[in-house]
Amino acid sequence: MTETTGGVELDEEMSGVIKKFMFVNRKAPYGTIYALEGLEVVLISAAFDQDVSLVFLDDGIYQLVKGQHTKAIDVKNFSPTYRALEGYDIEKLYVEKESLEARNLTVDNLIVPVEVLTSAEMAALMTEQDVVISF
Amino acid sequence: MKFGIMVSEGPYTHQATDTAYLFIKAALEKGYGVPRVFFYHDGVNNATKLTEPPQDDRHIVNRWSKLAEDHGVDLVVCVAAALRRGIRDENLAPGFRISGLGQLVEAGIQTDRLVVFGD
Repeated sequence: MTETTGGVELDEEMSGVIKKFMFVNRKAPYGTIYALEGLEVVLISAAFDQDVSLVFLDDGIYQLVKGQHTKAIDVKNFSPTYRALEGYDIEKLYVEKESLEARNLTVDNLIVPVEVLTSAEMAALMTEQDVVISF
Repeated sequence: MKFGIMVSEGPYTHQATDTAYLFIKAALEKGYGVPRVFFYHDGVNNATKLTEPPQDDRHIVNRWSKLAEDHGVDLVVCVAAALRRGIRDENLAPGFRISGLGQLVEAGIQTDRLVVFGD
C-alpha cells in the first residue's frame, strides 16, 4: 500500500474523466506574468482532453487586443499564441461585454474570434464548470 | 470530499499563502482530503529552504514542510515557474517536489474542488 497523501491518494489513471475547465484571464498581458503563465496552463490542459473554456474580463481583455508591440519594453509578445489555440482544439473563448465596453473596445479590435457574454451570462457559464482557475 | 489547492503568490508579500495553509489545516482537521498543493507564479517561492524569517515571525516554508510530513500532502512546484525564479532541486525545502503543469490539471480532474489562492 502506498503512503496516503493528505488522507487520500490521487488515482494513477484518470479513466477518461472529462471535466469542464474554465480559465479566467483578468490581467493585462504585460506588467505582470499572470497572463503569460496562465496561457501555459491552458496549453498543457489541451493534452488532457478536457472541455476547456477561456474567459477574458476586466483588463484580461487587453490580452487579445490586436497590434501588440513589446520591443520597447523588452518583453516577448505572446499574443500570436492565442491564434494557435484553435490548433489545440481550444475554441471556446468568451469575452465579457461590460469589460469590452468599459475599455471602448469591440470584437473587431481582437485577434481571435470570441463570443461576447454579459456578466450575468458569464456568471451562469461559470456555475456550469467543474474547475475554474483564475489568473 | 477531496480538495486540490493552487497557490499563486509568494510568502510574506501576500496573504494568499497563509490563507491557503489555514484552509488546508481546517479541511484536514474536519476529515477532508487534501492530496496536493500546486505552487505556481510567485507561489514557487514558498518552496525555498533558504527562507529565513525573523525569529518572532511564522516560518511559512517550514510550515508547508511539516504539513507534508504530518499529512502526506503532495507539495508540487511548477518547473517552468520555478526555474524562472531560481528555485531548483538544490534549494528545495523538505516535502516539496518539482514537476510539470500537468500535475495542476490532474489535481483539477481528480479532486472534487480545486481552490485557487492568489491575487
